[in-house]
Amino acid sequence: MNLFKLSWKYLTFRPLSTGLNVLLLALGLAIITVLLLIQDQFEKKMTQDAAGIDLVVGAKGSPLQLILSSVYHVDFPVGNIPMNEAVRLSRSRLVKQTIPMALGDNYQGYRIVGTNHDYLSLYEVGFSSGKAWEEPFEVVLGAMVAEKSGLKLGDTFTGSHGISVGSHDHDHHDFRVVGVLEPKGNVVDRLVLTSIESVWYTHDEEESGEEEPTSETSEDQDTLAHDHEHQNEEVDLEEDDYENTEEDHENHDHDHDAKFHHPVAKSGFPATDQDREVTTLLVQYRSPMAAVQLPRMINSNTNMQAASPSFEMSRLFELLGVGVQVLEGLAFVLIAISGLGIFIALYNSLKERRYDLAVLRAIGASKFQLLILIFLEGISLTFLGALLGILLGHGFLSILAAQNEQGIAAGLQAWTFLSAELWIVIYALTVGVLASAIPAWSAYQTSIANQLTRK
Amino acid sequence: MLFQTKDLKFSHPGQKEYHFQDISLDRGESLLVLGKSGSGKTTLLNLIAGLLSPHSGSVVLDGTAINQLDSGKMDRFRGENIGIVFQKPHLLAPLDVKENLMMARYFSNKNGQDADELLQELDLSKKSHSPVNQLSEGEAQRVSIARALINRPKLILADEPTSSLDDENAERVVKLLQDQATKIQAALIIVTHDHRVKEQISNYIEVKSV
Repeated sequence: MNLFKLSWKYLTFRPLSTGLNVLLLALGLAIITVLLLIQDQFEKKMTQDAAGIDLVVGAKGSPLQLILSSVYHVDFPVGNIPMNEAVRLSRSRLVKQTIPMALGDNYQGYRIVGTNHDYLSLYEVGFSSGKAWEEPFEVVLGAMVAEKSGLKLGDTFTGSHGISVGSHDHDHHDFRVVGVLEPKGNVVDRLVLTSIESVWYTHDEEESGEEEPTSETSEDQDTLAHDHEHQNEEVDLEEDDYENTEEDHENHDHDHDAKFHHPVAKSGFPATDQDREVTTLLVQYRSPMAAVQLPRMINSNTNMQAASPSFEMSRLFELLGVGVQVLEGLAFVLIAISGLGIFIALYNSLKERRYDLAVLRAIGASKFQLLILIFLEGISLTFLGALLGILLGHGFLSILAAQNEQGIAAGLQAWTFLSAELWIVIYALTVGVLASAIPAWSAYQTSIANQLTRK
Repeated sequence: MLFQTKDLKFSHPGQKEYHFQDISLDRGESLLVLGKSGSGKTTLLNLIAGLLSPHSGSVVLDGTAINQLDSGKMDRFRGENIGIVFQKPHLLAPLDVKENLMMARYFSNKNGQDADELLQELDLSKKSHSPVNQLSEGEAQRVSIARALINRPKLILADEPTSSLDDENAERVVKLLQDQATKIQAALIIVTHDHRVKEQISNYIEVKSV
């Protein structure tokens, strides 16, 4: 037997009170753990995902929505911009590089992003198998999409319109997987990447299917329903009038086949002589000067808007800050209550234990050892609370990440530990020491002669 | 002489001073301290055990003047050399029988007696791992005696050990204390107002309030 075992025996001797106090403390600390983890990883992720993107240009609307939808791929896209305007902008001498993107479709909730190979270089992502897309309808899967969907090289699938699961399918032409990306721990992991042409042609067929129900395959039986939904969609890569202007064709099938086997644009904009649209343009400045001139130029002189990821994200964090503060406050209240609970539990148990303490003194324990005994109880209680709290926090985060596979919480690493969590333990132990100080002192001062001989 | 007190005087704040008769005991000897309640016999016990310090006089056990030890050393000395049996068992409820003994072992650095053997001698070996709140009164009292004996003390102090026991158990407890004192060659002092005990121990002093 030793003091540590004895204090443990006393704790487990009143399991309800001990359990309640540990749980209260653990809840408070769990909230703090979650906040710490989210703050750390979120900000890291946000910065990582937006690295190399100085400006995002898209249709007029909410700048925050524009950033969320085109950099982080979480919100709904704002709308489309005419490609010729985007091309004109990309030729500005203030611009170093632009990456066009066509958004608006998904596969099982994972967003299909039409872009060029520059997007891959932007995130410096390599392939775990296969290669980049070369032709329309060839796609490359992010690591997480490949893992969750089980799709492999050579597999085909149908995209759905819109950005959430359950929208109607584009069943005219299947996408074919030609590559799977290596896991990067960023936004690319949960995207399906393809060429802008693929996105265009998918939507072209929606239109043409309506005009010529028999032209393609027999799959398009409910194109009218398609069309109905189509018009309700906020984002739609509509084409003004689909006509084959390149050549005079009598056979659409033939035309499709030819078009579908042309190599797609690997950099810059796809070559087309039609009035096409893209959704957004990711812009890299050529010089710091551009940061001053370009956004103003775009916002006042064109029908597009420009938004800076870093500015919009700090605005978002400012908005979220209030919520974080409320949670932090709640956590501190919980911790304070648990500290008080521990104090009361120790103090009450001390009243019942005056005899025990006197007996311990009578069998040879010193005053100091009794002081240590009470401190040990408070400290082991809070240490348990700290461990449980950290465990709960990580557990909660892993549930959050698992529930939100396609959202912004996806890819949060629930089981990475921060050095700041050590502070949670120290913090908890401080609560333990504070809560047991008065009871320990009173144990130290217990007069054994009076206790033992009180009849 | 193993144990000696000389000229012990003590007064509780605001009360008259007690002046105690000198005591001297050798190894294996027993002594009864008789007296009515309020006569100061419990105060004497506290003085002997080092739980209170006398105003004057000395308590010497095996050559150590215990009233001159500082508080920490006194606690250690008491743990190693004085075994106290209280009126009520006062066992530590969260611990089982053997753990109660081992706790007393922890606070002294002595090897003392073998716990299992001692429990067997006191007819408690079957209860070794029972929670203490499941013991009968007599068993609990015997556990508290075992706890007092585990460190092979030089002096055994018992404060009213028989007051809540029936005749049979009372006799058994006193006999046990005497046998054990003889076995480990300790002096035994029993403070009591229970005259049943006088039949077993003839050597006694009486404390009277002066």
